[in-house]
Amino acid sequence: MGIRVFLLLLLFFCTSYPTFSLHEDQVGLMDWHQQYIGKVKHAVFHTQKAARKRVIVSTEENVVASLDLRHGEIFWRHVLGPNDVIDQIDIALGKYVITLSSGGSVVRAWNLPDGQMVWESTLLGSKSSRPLLLIPKNLKVDKDDVIFVYGNGFIYAVASIDGEFIWKKELASEGIDVQQLILPEGSDTIYAVGLLGSSRFDVYQLDVKSGELLKHNSMFFPAGFSGDLSFVSEGMAMAVDFTETVLVSVLFRDGQISFHKTHVSQLIPGFSGPAVTLPSKIPGTFILKTGSSVHFIKVINEGKLIVVGQVGHTDAVSDALSLPEDQQGFALVQQGDGKIFLTVKLGDDWTTNLIDDTVQMDHQRGLVHKVFLNTYVRTDRSNGFRVLIVMEDHSLLLLQQGEIVWSREDGLASIIDVKASELPVEKDGVSVAKVEHNLFEWLKGHLLKLKGTLMIATPDDVVAIQKIRLQSSEKSKMTRDRNGFRKLLIVLTRSGKVFALHTGDGRIVWSLLLKSLRKSETCENPRGVSLHQWQDPHHHALDENPSVLVVGRCGQGLDSAGVFSIVDTYTGKESYHVGPTHSIAHVIPLPFTDSREQRLHLLLDANRQGHLYPRTAEALGIFQHDLGNVYWYSAETDNGVLRGHGVQKNCVLEVADDYCFGTRDLWSIVFPSESEKIAATATTSSNEVVHTQAKVTADQEVMYKYISKNLLFLATVSPKAVGPIGSVTPDESSLVVYVIDTVTGRILHRMTHHGSQGPVNAVFSENWIVYHYFNLRAHRYEMSVIEIYDQARAENKDVLKLVFGAHNLTSPITAYSRPEVFTKSQSYFFTHSLKTIAVTLTAKGITSKQILLGTIGDQVLALDKRFLDPRRTVNPTQAEKEEGIIPLTDSIPIIPQSYVTHALKVESLRGIVTVPAKLESTTLVFAYGVDLFFTRLAPSRTYDSLTEDFSYALLLLTIVGLIVAIFVTWVWSEKKDLQDKWR
Amino acid sequence: MRTRYPFLICSLLLLNLCLFIATPSSAFQSDELLLDDDEFGLEGGRSPDPLTVTRPVSTQSPTRRRSSDSTSDPDSKIQFTLEHAFGDSDFSPAGTFSARLKTSAHGGQTLTKLRFSRNDFSETEKYNFKKLLEGDEFYRIRLPSNVLTASGREQIISSVKARCLSPRDALDEHFVIHMEGVNILGVNYGSPGSCPYPRQLKLPSKWSFKSHTVLKYSDQAPRTPVFTEESVGENGEGEEVKPPEKAFWAKYWMYLIPLGLIVMNAMTQAMNMAEEPGTGQPGSQPQQVVAGRGQATAVRRR
Repeated sequence: MGIRVFLLLLLFFCTSYPTFSLHEDQVGLMDWHQQYIGKVKHAVFHTQKAARKRVIVSTEENVVASLDLRHGEIFWRHVLGPNDVIDQIDIALGKYVITLSSGGSVVRAWNLPDGQMVWESTLLGSKSSRPLLLIPKNLKVDKDDVIFVYGNGFIYAVASIDGEFIWKKELASEGIDVQQLILPEGSDTIYAVGLLGSSRFDVYQLDVKSGELLKHNSMFFPAGFSGDLSFVSEGMAMAVDFTETVLVSVLFRDGQISFHKTHVSQLIPGFSGPAVTLPSKIPGTFILKTGSSVHFIKVINEGKLIVVGQVGHTDAVSDALSLPEDQQGFALVQQGDGKIFLTVKLGDDWTTNLIDDTVQMDHQRGLVHKVFLNTYVRTDRSNGFRVLIVMEDHSLLLLQQGEIVWSREDGLASIIDVKASELPVEKDGVSVAKVEHNLFEWLKGHLLKLKGTLMIATPDDVVAIQKIRLQSSEKSKMTRDRNGFRKLLIVLTRSGKVFALHTGDGRIVWSLLLKSLRKSETCENPRGVSLHQWQDPHHHALDENPSVLVVGRCGQGLDSAGVFSIVDTYTGKESYHVGPTHSIAHVIPLPFTDSREQRLHLLLDANRQGHLYPRTAEALGIFQHDLGNVYWYSAETDNGVLRGHGVQKNCVLEVADDYCFGTRDLWSIVFPSESEKIAATATTSSNEVVHTQAKVTADQEVMYKYISKNLLFLATVSPKAVGPIGSVTPDESSLVVYVIDTVTGRILHRMTHHGSQGPVNAVFSENWIVYHYFNLRAHRYEMSVIEIYDQARAENKDVLKLVFGAHNLTSPITAYSRPEVFTKSQSYFFTHSLKTIAVTLTAKGITSKQILLGTIGDQVLALDKRFLDPRRTVNPTQAEKEEGIIPLTDSIPIIPQSYVTHALKVESLRGIVTVPAKLESTTLVFAYGVDLFFTRLAPSRTYDSLTEDFSYALLLLTIVGLIVAIFVTWVWSEKKDLQDKWR
Repeated sequence: MRTRYPFLICSLLLLNLCLFIATPSSAFQSDELLLDDDEFGLEGGRSPDPLTVTRPVSTQSPTRRRSSDSTSDPDSKIQFTLEHAFGDSDFSPAGTFSARLKTSAHGGQTLTKLRFSRNDFSETEKYNFKKLLEGDEFYRIRLPSNVLTASGREQIISSVKARCLSPRDALDEHFVIHMEGVNILGVNYGSPGSCPYPRQLKLPSKWSFKSHTVLKYSDQAPRTPVFTEESVGENGEGEEVKPPEKAFWAKYWMYLIPLGLIVMNAMTQAMNMAEEPGTGQPGSQPQQVVAGRGQATAVRRR
């Protein structure tokens, strides 16, 4: 409610102070916002008796959403916290969506039509267990419809109308892993079936009404089970024994447990290797995976097993769906070359296919990961089927009648890294015919705009103006523009797919599922790590296309094998890729490029060896020339050590490798483990441009900024204070900040904030650092600024000297000279807690900076750097005021109009990326989380260009009007003169 | 060279032992120690986890003993070695830092009066150093990360291009040791002045180091200025919400211009009126005079 009021207020402010912010009708003009949900885990259809057919989904980004089944749009959506993983979803009472999350700890009910939360219950318990949710149809206990939830070792009966607990019973007291809750139709007994350890099979029978334990049976299986149970019917489960070669069927009806063993080789001739049961919900059938094939095995007469079908291991199977006439159907999706084959089969009859469709599928979507089947009644009263499929690239598609009805690119909800790339230069000039064709339209558009400006536009005109603005073809052209607003955003997503988004309207220009980041035998668990600019031609080699380097790893640890690819950003083709190779712990883009403008990269592996790419003799020559000037640092957060490294000679290997270099430790800084722990680091952006090194103060003095690309900001907190805010007292906690030169390991500045703790968010730009932390004594968040100035050049204080060249600014700078710096710092209170922090970048660095704060409310707030000036004083002098120094306040004001995201939210905001436009005043901002948001910012207003909706027609009209007026008045005055003379 | 190192450790150990033994000698001071501990226990007692309480006590206990000991001798002398390496060679002792360990009333320890005595370079070391100078290689130094317990911990390394140390005939070096209590965090090591690039090769004629040492402790962050609510309203909100004060002209131009026009109009009229009595002035054009008369007669007629 508060947020709503706040948003309303915000909207009100946005519209009431038009000079400071966006006009209401400018929303969407230069910004775009896209909503995603992430990779779908569960889907529940709601199509019966509903005017709006919908599907409820839960995703890996912890989103529960209701989607329109006709178009794939989001009806409503809720993003749960990052630690609130959704385990199960279902629909109860036909109107509530029930979600079970946080490992079975929280049950919530959401209203199906509008997504309002109806109730929430917390299931307490100490043991973590497999979360289970069972919603029986038409089961009433004390006139309440009931749902059964198993979480934290307890089984709960919850009233689905209000979330009240009817009864609860602890089951996991002995450590039993309950795997299924079974409620036979029309029965008053609920079965909880599970395993204790790997060899005891347990069945609990509970009374549905009271939760009373009616019976507890258990039986040892000496050979031991491996993997999970697969439930075939209400009284039977299948499992694989410890050797993974014998199938065990477990019958547990009526309190009697019995085991029957069948050797897999009896069923599958030529069987070798381990067999695993896959989770499935097809009555009477279970799925067994052996090697690279998957077998459907049917159980007849409580024990006889028949293999009914066999498919490849990449194929996906849906859960069974009840059809009329007591039949069960399930969908099977098989993969072909650029096609997928969808078949819907009857549960008890493998041979007949209810439907058999072939759908063309984009290669870039990869394999089918999940299938959800739904049925509808066709116009001829027969059963029709639609399936929702989740692909390898996390996209979601609806198939019906052999066609893709809609698709959602939900891979974009999990962006890992972003890089911007230029668009191609327009080769041929704009053709005259095109302009002439558009001239009328152009004039009409301007006339409409003029009408709008003069406030004589009718509502229809206003709509037309808005449409023209939004659809301006300029915006979404595929060529470079003069202002540099049009670019490609290359994003790497967690699925291993790379997308190129157009900054004009956010559409996907191309997408590529990287071969190197797909699961393979050599790379079991690949994941993308980062993107780097590989080739960015702008001087020579202009005929080359720009490209990006995509780096990934085959596992979680830093020492796992690395993979990388080079992707052309114009065509979206993978031009080069290296399969599993040496580990990649760190990627250093070097400041050198070769004749094709390929940037040299040093890839460091876990053994501290550097590998140079591209592997060409030319690159090697360039690198060896500057070998001694390559330094980097590494922070070991566990040990509290910061180390500096340099490159040595070639590394010693069995096979000589010219492109491999050894490294050596040059310096180390050891933080005392009992009092300090590394909390955050920040460095300047490598592509930042600093316009001037000197800062002229109001009293005509010059201060020199200490500008070094090698500075590192590092913050440590007391080890006790690593936990959440409030876990320590102010006396126990302190925050120490450092500014360190990473070439020599010199500590240039060290400062302690007593009684403060993290989380620390920091941003480093030019010669200043802004960081955000919590002040325990003041019970408030604080932001501090440190500015570093060079004392060594302080003698060049005279502005005249600076202008006429009597200074030492041109002498080469070396890190080995003893730096003489002085710092200025100041702290301010700040209201919000932050998720991320960034700073605006412009092409030449002239425009003043804004700090972009990703607030806890998932919005982006732009804050002028002027508010964080350490030179602010309580009563600035007139001269200081002219310089732009704001009087000192203890807290930083939050101006509602300065929300970059205006009324929108970027759900679960993770990062903000700024890219300079070619126009100096403007910077492009891209914020990503589950949602994406892009806009243009002009921190000092657009002082170097007219606004886009500047009315040239009005200007022209005014000039014409003036000229006419001049003539008319001239004629009048002539006439008057004549008359006067005749008098 | 190598024999000196174990001796140092031994002496440090002895010192520690002496300090350790010295504590129980006076009963009165042990009472003080308990009080001190109590105080600490109270502080720790706020946290619910008993483990976290015990840990600081155990780490602090040697400090306590030291502090109680220090009542008789507030400062104690300590020494730690500087080691050096030429290029990628192994580290060997190069000199000794000696300092006084000062214990404050709160139990915190700081070093004061740091002195450094460097060992003279042996012939091999001179040779190694020359080679470094010729190859523009790194001269590396190493310090313990804790001045009391040297062994078993990470060590502080710093390195500098050897040519930076011999800009003139003699060798110059400059240490800034960043301390936190008895822990050394890092050391800024290099030439005391600048080291212009490109670095010139200059072999020293005198093989003696001129060493400058500085100890540095952490600065306190400036406190956040706190204003009363009133002044916040004045400065914080008022500054932002109020539009900037406009000049008088900027504010009232729309009234001033018409006013000015009216005044001008009135002025011209007044001028005309003023002209009227002076119709008979010489030099005025006859036509005008006629017109003026005509007007005047018209007025009179009315």
